[in-house]
Amino acid sequence: MRYLPLTNNDRENMKKVIGISNINEMFTNVPKEVSLDPKFNLPSHKTEMEVGKILSEIANKNINSNQVPFFLGAGAYKHHIPATVDHIIQRSEFLTSYTPYQPEISQGTLQYLFEFQTQVSLITGMDVSNASMYDGSTSTAEAVSMAKRITKRNKVVISPTLHPQYAEVINTLISSNEDEIDYEFSENFEVEKLISKIDDSVSCVVVQNPDFFGSCHSLEQLAEYAHSKGALLIVVVNEIISLGMMKSPGEMGADIVACEGQSLGNPLNFGGPYIGLMSTKDKYVRQLPGRIVGETIDMNGEKGFVLTLATREQHIRREKATSNICTNSGLCSLAFTIHLSLLGEMGFKKLSKLNHEAAIKLYNKLKTLDCFEVKNNSFFNEFTVKVPIDASVFVEKMAEKGVLAGVPVSRLSNQEGDFSNLLLVASSEINSDFDRENFIKLAKEVCYE
Amino acid sequence: MNKNKGLDHDEQLLFEVGGINKTGVDLDEIDNLDHMIGDSFSENEIGLAGLSEPETIRHYVRLSRKNYSIDAGLYPLGSCTMKHNPRLNEKMARIEGFSEIHPLQPISTCQGALELIDLISSWLKELTGMAAVTMTPKAGAQGELCGMMAIKQALLDRNELNRKVVLVPDSAHGTNPATAAFLGFEVKTIKSNDKGLIDFSDFMNNIDENFAGVMITNPNTCGLFETDIVKISELTHKSGGYLYCDGANFNAVVGKLKPGDLGIDAMHINLHKTFSTPHGGGGPGSGPVVFSDRLEKFCPTPLVKNIKGDFILVEDSNEKDLTKSFGRLNVFHGQMGMFVRAMSYMLSHGADGLKQVSEDAVLNANYLRASLSSHLTPAFDGFCMHEILFSDDFLKDTGVETLDFAKAMIDEGYHPMTIYFPLVIHGALLVEPTETESKQSLDHFIKTLCDLVERLKKDSDSFKAAPVFTPIRRLDETQAARKPVLRWKEEPLIAV
Repeated sequence: MRYLPLTNNDRENMKKVIGISNINEMFTNVPKEVSLDPKFNLPSHKTEMEVGKILSEIANKNINSNQVPFFLGAGAYKHHIPATVDHIIQRSEFLTSYTPYQPEISQGTLQYLFEFQTQVSLITGMDVSNASMYDGSTSTAEAVSMAKRITKRNKVVISPTLHPQYAEVINTLISSNEDEIDYEFSENFEVEKLISKIDDSVSCVVVQNPDFFGSCHSLEQLAEYAHSKGALLIVVVNEIISLGMMKSPGEMGADIVACEGQSLGNPLNFGGPYIGLMSTKDKYVRQLPGRIVGETIDMNGEKGFVLTLATREQHIRREKATSNICTNSGLCSLAFTIHLSLLGEMGFKKLSKLNHEAAIKLYNKLKTLDCFEVKNNSFFNEFTVKVPIDASVFVEKMAEKGVLAGVPVSRLSNQEGDFSNLLLVASSEINSDFDRENFIKLAKEVCYE
Repeated sequence: MNKNKGLDHDEQLLFEVGGINKTGVDLDEIDNLDHMIGDSFSENEIGLAGLSEPETIRHYVRLSRKNYSIDAGLYPLGSCTMKHNPRLNEKMARIEGFSEIHPLQPISTCQGALELIDLISSWLKELTGMAAVTMTPKAGAQGELCGMMAIKQALLDRNELNRKVVLVPDSAHGTNPATAAFLGFEVKTIKSNDKGLIDFSDFMNNIDENFAGVMITNPNTCGLFETDIVKISELTHKSGGYLYCDGANFNAVVGKLKPGDLGIDAMHINLHKTFSTPHGGGGPGSGPVVFSDRLEKFCPTPLVKNIKGDFILVEDSNEKDLTKSFGRLNVFHGQMGMFVRAMSYMLSHGADGLKQVSEDAVLNANYLRASLSSHLTPAFDGFCMHEILFSDDFLKDTGVETLDFAKAMIDEGYHPMTIYFPLVIHGALLVEPTETESKQSLDHFIKTLCDLVERLKKDSDSFKAAPVFTPIRRLDETQAARKPVLRWKEEPLIAV
């Protein structure tokens, strides 16, 4: 077998050194009633070529986003990833190393994580960030959990325009601790209504921006009111590229920011692996979950980096830890930080504008059609369209004609409310005029058939 | 003088080498844009540093050379399973039909993705002999959470939430008690006996009417198979509780026995350990959980179903298969990129190869054990499984501590083993060679460790000074925690 270096001769010699004649002598602790030679209804080993063929055939049953005009978002966005990114993350020293427990031989990982933390702090407008979480949804749930620890209050107010699956994750992870969660999915984001829900028992208000339906919001007033009641503002960002032309969450008064960072450096991957970002104010850093890298000096006074503030973590605190999270999204954070280093300030802002421009171009085309109604007054690169037929039927029919046209809102909502005609349509720098013309042409056909 | 040392270049921070006016990406110019952002629009400076492409590559290549990796050498971190990561897996994960598909595409356009999830699910169920599997947990720790939430949901279903006590052995990973506590369970520690196994009588004595279940790592963190596991599962079930198995060490028994035969109710599987998806400097991982039929109906959303070759995704917890589900653990459907890699690994090995994997892993560990016993002190008598635990007895009266010994290994070209874990052994050193080390590689490692032990008597000072051949020497972790500097800032940072 190509991955196993021991030869039969090696195995025999090693057994002699150990003093056994049969491998199973090392398994004597296994209870007698348990078989050491069970039957598996599975095939035997295969060559590289055979495995490649099997998996390629399965992959070919999917329509991928490089094959057709593509307009899906709703928490996962397609962007061009520079070739450099994938080359570097496949370097052995990054791909095949462990969590940097031995800092003297892990400075590569530690330094890029320190740089990553700085970049995340900068784009979210916060003081400090951790070294990443699993994805945007678990970041958000961890942020809620963190707000509860800080405020020692249980009630959670969630904006109606938070991604419904994010709300489900909060509900799963937090309601098990018998908390009160106020969330009713709807298209209507009203600051006044959120404010009316904040009282002295509220730990935090969770707001997505741009929201699930694509609209952009100013949050200063909400932040100010929340703070006056001793509650924290958690801002969730699904499309990180939006931060190139919007006020940062920190600038608007956020206390904790939770983001999905997939848009930078990470392909769609059918939903994972992605990368959760999490940042906060200096004063809350000891309640921040996950790995954190800090700067220090070595015994010669040279600057270096280590994992730090470990007393928050489960391997030291065990049942008193801030979270049970152990692994983060190391390699995804490397892809994120390389992509953002390549972009830099100029590139990041330009990319942001290109995305916005692509969405405006599609918006302008859609406005000329009577049968579609764009619901948004503001948006970044995604907006909500009311289509004349059921949106899930619409996307299936568009897919048959060779366009992946968007995400039906009803796909994500299992709450009450009639969302059946609403479609989320995302644009990015990958979309050409040809893509947009096709979208319009085929959408008309589908609706008038 | 500059601070370069031959091939090891001193590399400044991105923010020191890069600039606000530099970029490594060519993007189209944009005409004046009438934006639609509204009043949250901003053109303020963010402060990001950019690099051209050649500078980017140089920056990260230089950084990479300061890392140890499994590709460069034996990486004996116990309980972490640093085995070879086949490159075929990387290639497969990058097939556009897997990497460039969106999680919310119409179901008719992602049948292949659902087929792959169904395929890996069926392999995991068959290999473990369990009734059901959920693929969504994003790492081992989230898998634990998932398994324990199913247990909590089952207790709720039985209307027995008074059962609050979860028993955890003192040798367990920290994530076990953290997970149980996060869910509101009361954690009680059970003792290990002098053989490194769960003290069955202590386990028995801790069971009362509030017993919810027990979390057991098997093989355990001392590298030993819990010989009373079947007795424990029988008593657990008789007492109305559930047995959660931490499957972090499944690589020791994969293809050799079916954990389902041990009577467990839930177990997470670290695809990044047993099935060799790369560790990536700390993730991304993937932690699917297998369930017994007692817990099957409580598993999280979503669920892939195979209806005669047509694949559907059940996402809504109101659907009939999921009415008792405890809910959704994260957005979308799990770590697809990791599923493809693990599937590629499983197909490559097949059932026969996987059995050889666990046998070779155990053989390699016991070969180290036999060859090192003259110089180091095995913590327990008898054979080990895939990893071997040493105590620091061999360091007695040398003035050298476990940490110093580990740092000295670095100068000899090795990543140290896991140290000071498990907590039940003083100054613990936990060595896991994995099955992907050759005999020559093990022999070199053995000789190095024995030479180091010989050197203890002659030159203990060198251990205190180690490492000396690394890009940087021992770091002041106390200062890092006391005065946290967690990001770069414009003003120069002054070392105190």
